[in-house]
Amino acid sequence: MEVSAEAKRVMVQALSKLYSSRTQRGGLRLHRSLLLTLVLRSARDIYHSARAACDSEEPLGPPAADPQQCPAEEAMETSGGRAETAVSVQEQPASRRESRDDKENESPAGAERQSRKRRGKTAAEPDFLPSKRARMDPSEERLPTRSGPGGCRGLRGTLASLPVSQAIAAF
Amino acid sequence: MHHPVKLGANDVQWCFSQVKGAIDDDVAEADIISTVEFNHSGELLATGDKGGRVVIFQQEQETKGQPHSRGEYNVYSTFQSHEPEFDYLKSLEIEEKINKIRWLPQKNAAQFLLSTNDKTIKLWKISERDKRPEGYNLKEEDGRYRDPSTVTTLRVPVFRPMDLMVEASPRRVFANAHTYHINSISVNSDYETYLSADDLRINLWHLEITDRSFNIVDIKPANMEELTEVITAAEFHPNQCNTLVYSSSKGTIRLCDMRAAALCDKHSKLFEEPEDPSNRSFFSEIISSISDVKFSHNGRYMMTRDYLSVKIWDLNMENRPVETYQVHEYLRSKLCSLYENDCIFDKFECCWNGNDSVVMTGSYNNFFRMFERGHRRDLTLEASRESSKPRAVLKPRKVCAGGKRKKDEISVDSLDFNKKILHTAWHPQDNIIAVATTNNLYIFQDKMN
Repeated sequence: MEVSAEAKRVMVQALSKLYSSRTQRGGLRLHRSLLLTLVLRSARDIYHSARAACDSEEPLGPPAADPQQCPAEEAMETSGGRAETAVSVQEQPASRRESRDDKENESPAGAERQSRKRRGKTAAEPDFLPSKRARMDPSEERLPTRSGPGGCRGLRGTLASLPVSQAIAAF
Repeated sequence: MHHPVKLGANDVQWCFSQVKGAIDDDVAEADIISTVEFNHSGELLATGDKGGRVVIFQQEQETKGQPHSRGEYNVYSTFQSHEPEFDYLKSLEIEEKINKIRWLPQKNAAQFLLSTNDKTIKLWKISERDKRPEGYNLKEEDGRYRDPSTVTTLRVPVFRPMDLMVEASPRRVFANAHTYHINSISVNSDYETYLSADDLRINLWHLEITDRSFNIVDIKPANMEELTEVITAAEFHPNQCNTLVYSSSKGTIRLCDMRAAALCDKHSKLFEEPEDPSNRSFFSEIISSISDVKFSHNGRYMMTRDYLSVKIWDLNMENRPVETYQVHEYLRSKLCSLYENDCIFDKFECCWNGNDSVVMTGSYNNFFRMFERGHRRDLTLEASRESSKPRAVLKPRKVCAGGKRKKDEISVDSLDFNKKILHTAWHPQDNIIAVATTNNLYIFQDKMN
């Protein structure tokens, strides 16, 4: 149980750090966000497997396959999303890469990417994070569909069903 | 006059020489030193800070009166290199902090350096002016124009000596080529081009051309969800102008040959050491991220710095480093606390001495470490005001990792993690080192007899 307690602590801190990095001067640091997402993911995996090992036959927790994709997705999406709209404007005229596929504008959820609305404000706050923003209209709390059926779940329930995707999408 | 580099770290007695910066314990954030770099001759030493300023120190000529020490470094020029900017498109502030400074080799009387913040690189010209024209016909000495009707004689203006003035002027601004934060710049050995690297891309520039750059490395995945690593540092080979290396957050180093293809996404060599499974922890990914990569002066080796160690790689051997030095292994059991206080994300740099026999890097508690390669000896020294008497010999330090603490040792729990040395530089020829604490620059040199 010590392992799962430590994993939980690491996860909570990772979320807190990801959250507070939104207000950092100079903008989101991709490297730091990536490292935190990796830590978060491995801590979450360890937490779930430690919990599953301790539990009885019936496995608890959310479907593992789905949220596994989420943290990196959401974190990278939000850090990359705004960048992509900016780069298409700032692209060098004589860049050698003109003829290649335009990676900048390739996006799985094109409409979402081009939107300049800040998704962060729409996410409900996890109860273990300090409340920093006023809550928005619940009807605006929908996340991109890519996160799958598990992603849009509300933040009720135990940490075992931690909707990582929503928390990270807070920035 | 240059003095031959003495053998090794432990044959040398390091002495305090100078300290630059405020004595105040209350550090203004703008004064935090963010980069330190000697120029190619070692005569000039540049620092950049979080406030966007560059301060250049010049070594005084050695005087006959003090044969036992080398010239002191005094302020030569100070200028504001970068200002804070606002990216309206992304609603983000762009920090003015100077991430890196790189000197160009000297071609004429003026000095040139590249300085960069997160988004923009600038080429600065630093030139001296020690004479000025006097005796204009149409202007007074203070610059006011004379009434032409009062001019009755003509004279030829002449140059007269004046107090030395050092001027810094921005000659080129290389902007709008980086979406992500620039972490490295490196001047090519062709002295015509240079690279700039951000988290996902490396661009090649010509020093004369500011309105375009060529992208030579792009590791951005089509779907950002698939991102697994970022570029953390990049450098050109010191004498092969076609070769560059870049390090990643996964602990790998890729060597690229620009002759192979226009886009160097496929590496020529991949340097990676398999992780020791017994060391696996929550934080393995963070501590394996490489924070700095530097070629040796002779171009045969490169050095990488990750959170706990310094590794030396032979360019001809990709599967493991030839040497590994533990900087502060006693921190391995403290990774959880270092993660909590964010220290685990600190990016330490490293440097070679002039003949590639010793490497140096920083640590916490204002300690810095030197590793003598041939003799496998290491040394820990401290940059502190307490040991700042002129020409005082620095006493080696030791950290007690556990068990009984000997006299003069410091226990791990007493280390001050707010006092970190991230930036160090070694004079290209002599045993003179510049070590940056948070807001002070210490200069140490070897004891001369």
